[in-house]
Amino acid sequence: MAKKLMKGCEAIGEAAIQAGCRLFFGYPITPQNEIPEYMAARLPQMGGAFVQAESEVAASNMLYGAAGAGCRCFTSSSSPGISLMMEGISYIAGAELPVVIVNIMRGGPGLGGILPSQSDYFQAVKGGGHGDYRCLVLAPSTVQEAADLVQDAFDLADKYRNPVMVLGDGLIGQMMEPVEFKRSVRPEDLPPKPWATTGAKGRKPNIINSLYFNPDLLEAHNWKLHGKYEEMAKTDCRHEAWNLDGEVDVLFVAYGTVARICKTAIETLKARGLRAGLFRPITLFPYPGEALARAAEKATHVLVSELSCGQMVEDARYHVAGRRPVAFYGRVGGNIMTPEELVDEALKLAGRQG
Amino acid sequence: MHTEIILAGFGGQGILLIGKLLAYAGMRAGREVTWLPAYGPEMRGGTCNCTVVLSDRPIGSPISKSPHGLIALNLPSLDKFEDAVRPGGIIVVNTSLINRLPRRTDLTVVAVPANEVAIECGSPRAANMVALGAYLGASGVVELTQAKAIVTESFATKPALVALNHEALSRGFALGQEKAAAVAHR
Repeated sequence: MAKKLMKGCEAIGEAAIQAGCRLFFGYPITPQNEIPEYMAARLPQMGGAFVQAESEVAASNMLYGAAGAGCRCFTSSSSPGISLMMEGISYIAGAELPVVIVNIMRGGPGLGGILPSQSDYFQAVKGGGHGDYRCLVLAPSTVQEAADLVQDAFDLADKYRNPVMVLGDGLIGQMMEPVEFKRSVRPEDLPPKPWATTGAKGRKPNIINSLYFNPDLLEAHNWKLHGKYEEMAKTDCRHEAWNLDGEVDVLFVAYGTVARICKTAIETLKARGLRAGLFRPITLFPYPGEALARAAEKATHVLVSELSCGQMVEDARYHVAGRRPVAFYGRVGGNIMTPEELVDEALKLAGRQG
Repeated sequence: MHTEIILAGFGGQGILLIGKLLAYAGMRAGREVTWLPAYGPEMRGGTCNCTVVLSDRPIGSPISKSPHGLIALNLPSLDKFEDAVRPGGIIVVNTSLINRLPRRTDLTVVAVPANEVAIECGSPRAANMVALGAYLGASGVVELTQAKAIVTESFATKPALVALNHEALSRGFALGQEKAAAVAHR
């Protein structure tokens, strides 16, 4: 397929369709409305269904039902809407159902604003809803990567029978970049899901539930879920190392939109004689902590930058574990740092004034 | 080659459209491109802008605080972005709606009565195309034929508008080229 110029939101929608997803449930909220808009137009053409739910709570429970019936399905929202979906997401994780959730983050807390933010990191990677569960979290930094990761998200959700969240921000959602869809899967070609509730003719009924009154059974279930998260950490951690072939004066650590701003800053720094590189986590859970620790050992300074007051920096510090001091630079409220701001921070850290 | 352009005007003037056409034409020319709209809460008739980056290398930040080019279709846009443009850059000013010229003297100013030229082409709604053409003529970032080909594709469902928009692009392009040549000569 030839490259097309698409908004991040539209590319996410098309990627879901190319992954064999035929069901979308959601409720409108800026800055991700182009996703439901796109699905509303495309899904009926594909023999699928688009449902605008009466609320995000309803949308997440519709997702629960559709996933239980064995269908690839997804929803998208933005920060306040994702908070409303947390009940359903916790149940989906408890019932071990594969769903894809896209969060195009905006500023918070509360209604916050509509401009880009990365302030839902804690919510996305530490659970978010109640109970001992995790979502696998993928963070794209280009429109092409958003499309690729959405396709991967459906496979990973099926692999682990676990919710997968694609965590973008308003800039990724609203920006247009060239994109191509590298794979195309039809729903009928997907592997069967023998656990799904598809009608129990000729077999024992399947039960999908997250309720365990017996503490021993619930404990076993909790450890089983935990085992999946450990398996994710072993086999599905992803990151990008950029300009990290040798030693660096400053190691930037950033994900999503901020990572690409770091790349511009790194090129400017290079021209000014400072060696800098980027470590970009692509999976935020599981966090590529071991790889980060190794990268930090080749750096004099580590600088984490986020569109938050400092959330991922906690995971970075945990994994760098005192090998190097980890500095932080954040912008919030919908404001986005310029490459020049990051250049200045790096020069300051390295003891050189800009 | 790396060029950042801010395009700005009233909502309804077709700012986002000419930004997309510019990005599309850049993509067809084999460049890396980004198109980013400002999507803050705006009302009908409010201001509207987008940023287009064309580059030979993967694009880091899609945001521009100091663009190489500015297309200003109304006065608030010129007021807001004039000072941000890099020295040596290009400002296209729609003199049909803007009653002052840029104060800057360290860059190329292309003053174009875009609405009047568009009316001569057949419709005032093509003023955006005149301005885009003027920018292309002055900057050379994308060839006129490439831009015209993208217009033909984009208006596939409204073929009656293709000729009008081609004419508007060409007229703007000639004005932009003329201005760039005069600057080079000076």
